[in-house]
Amino acid sequence: MTINEKQDELIADFSMMEEWMDKYEYIIQLGKELPLIAEQYKTDDNLIKGCQSRVWLHTELKDGKLFFTGDSDAVITKGLISLMISVLSGHTPKDIAASDIYFIDAIGLRSHLSPTRSNGLLSMLKQMKLYAVAYMAKMES
Amino acid sequence: MDNVSTLAAPALDVARIRKDFPLLQQATVYGLPLVYFDNGATTQKPQVVLDTLEQYYTGYNSNVHRGVHHLSQKATDAYEEARKTAAAYINAQYSHEVIFTKGTTDSINLVASSFGRTFLQAGDVVLISAMEHHSNIVPWQMICEEKGAELKVIPINERGELLMDEFSRLLNERVKIVAVTYVSNTMGTVNPVKDIITQAHARNIPVLLDAAQAIQHITIDVQDLQPDFLAFSGHKIYGPTGIGVLYGKEAWLNKMPPYQGGGDMIKTVTFAKTIYNELPYKFEAGTPDVSGAIGLAAALNYLQQVGLEKIQQYEEQLIEYALQALQQVPGIRFIGQAAHRSGAISFLVDDIHPYDLGELLDKQGIAVRTGHHCTEPLMDLFKIPGTVRASLSFYNTFEEVDKLVAAVNRAAAMLR
Repeated sequence: MTINEKQDELIADFSMMEEWMDKYEYIIQLGKELPLIAEQYKTDDNLIKGCQSRVWLHTELKDGKLFFTGDSDAVITKGLISLMISVLSGHTPKDIAASDIYFIDAIGLRSHLSPTRSNGLLSMLKQMKLYAVAYMAKMES
Repeated sequence: MDNVSTLAAPALDVARIRKDFPLLQQATVYGLPLVYFDNGATTQKPQVVLDTLEQYYTGYNSNVHRGVHHLSQKATDAYEEARKTAAAYINAQYSHEVIFTKGTTDSINLVASSFGRTFLQAGDVVLISAMEHHSNIVPWQMICEEKGAELKVIPINERGELLMDEFSRLLNERVKIVAVTYVSNTMGTVNPVKDIITQAHARNIPVLLDAAQAIQHITIDVQDLQPDFLAFSGHKIYGPTGIGVLYGKEAWLNKMPPYQGGGDMIKTVTFAKTIYNELPYKFEAGTPDVSGAIGLAAALNYLQQVGLEKIQQYEEQLIEYALQALQQVPGIRFIGQAAHRSGAISFLVDDIHPYDLGELLDKQGIAVRTGHHCTEPLMDLFKIPGTVRASLSFYNTFEEVDKLVAAVNRAAAMLR
């Protein structure tokens, strides 16, 4: 599935839930299912700044594709990490860096999340793209 | 505190009170009626405050203290009348003991800077408590650093109460000022400030009270309580944002140099020497927040009309009810369980992150605050990332408390 196909799938999933509490239920479920980051990667280096809760993100390159794992001390945040990972993980650094992430707005997450959480989500996206660009640079050199 | 049996008869007709607050009538969030439990952060404004602001700007907006014209005189009269209202509200001996500031933070910075520059020397001690808001920590840290003085902290017990034995032990001739909060913004603890002031005064040490979370809940008589300084914010007592009060005893204020320089605070200016104005103008450089002061006075008059005693009684009933109702939530623990409390209730449920809980309360129409509440040292002490804080006002209802409890239960069930 391409990045955009995955985004469209998420938008469709969320559109089926009318109540925001249901959407949160879904996000929380994703958060609980998020594959945990290996303990050794929960370092200050992997902490993303700009979140009220603590967020760790770890990247690994396998066969030219980037894989993300993450964790947070807040379960809604974990759900959001899970959403981002499901969209971006397993793609080439080039595709990730060039991706247009529209599902956050389309789902209405940006306007419904508290501003600090929404900023945190954008910090997370920025960080993931930054990793992708860094890997691109390394692969080219 | 009142017991449950008195709950059958609320001390206030809240349905009528709520009609005075347009936002409470109109606001919905996500299509639900707003339940506003973030009063510790800021309070909603009664119509009379909004009308007063509008009348000022449509009727007599003008600069104060310097115009020869009619409007300026009218604005000056209203501004000075507001000072008298604020002074009367806390029963200050003189109205010039009331300095209008931007808020509690500004008031404390004024004292820390001006008092500190004059009376603090290397080796001196400023005594604060472990439950202070950052605004009653950082200004003192700054002046202590500048002067080579030391900041010492009165510790608290696990219920969030000051250890008064430790306080007595910490009082010595090195302490030049005690700066403590009257009511904890995070835990709602009401501190034994009368005892603190008595003990400090026995050693001729002045006391500053941070009354930001007290003034809207507790009747304060500064001539009875005898603080040397008292700070509060207008917006937390149903007045406008941007206005606050510093009360200071005349004797202290006269001994302190101006905080900021500018217009209004001078008598004469030459390039060689400036003669400062007298109190209170010495501490009010520049054009003051005229509308804010008049709006604050309107809020204070409104509270007097409702009746401070009734407000206090009702809020005690409400907080007791809220504590008992929340107690039924499985896995809840209260951060701060002081015997004497007011305003705020902080809690956590199981190991659920307060941020998650707060967000799901918001989605159910309930406004609370989550986080460290600008008391990071206190959070470190309890080894928690933050709390969920519900802070109550006299316009909140028992039904709203029930909604809060139901929403906490629903959110916790989802997050567990």
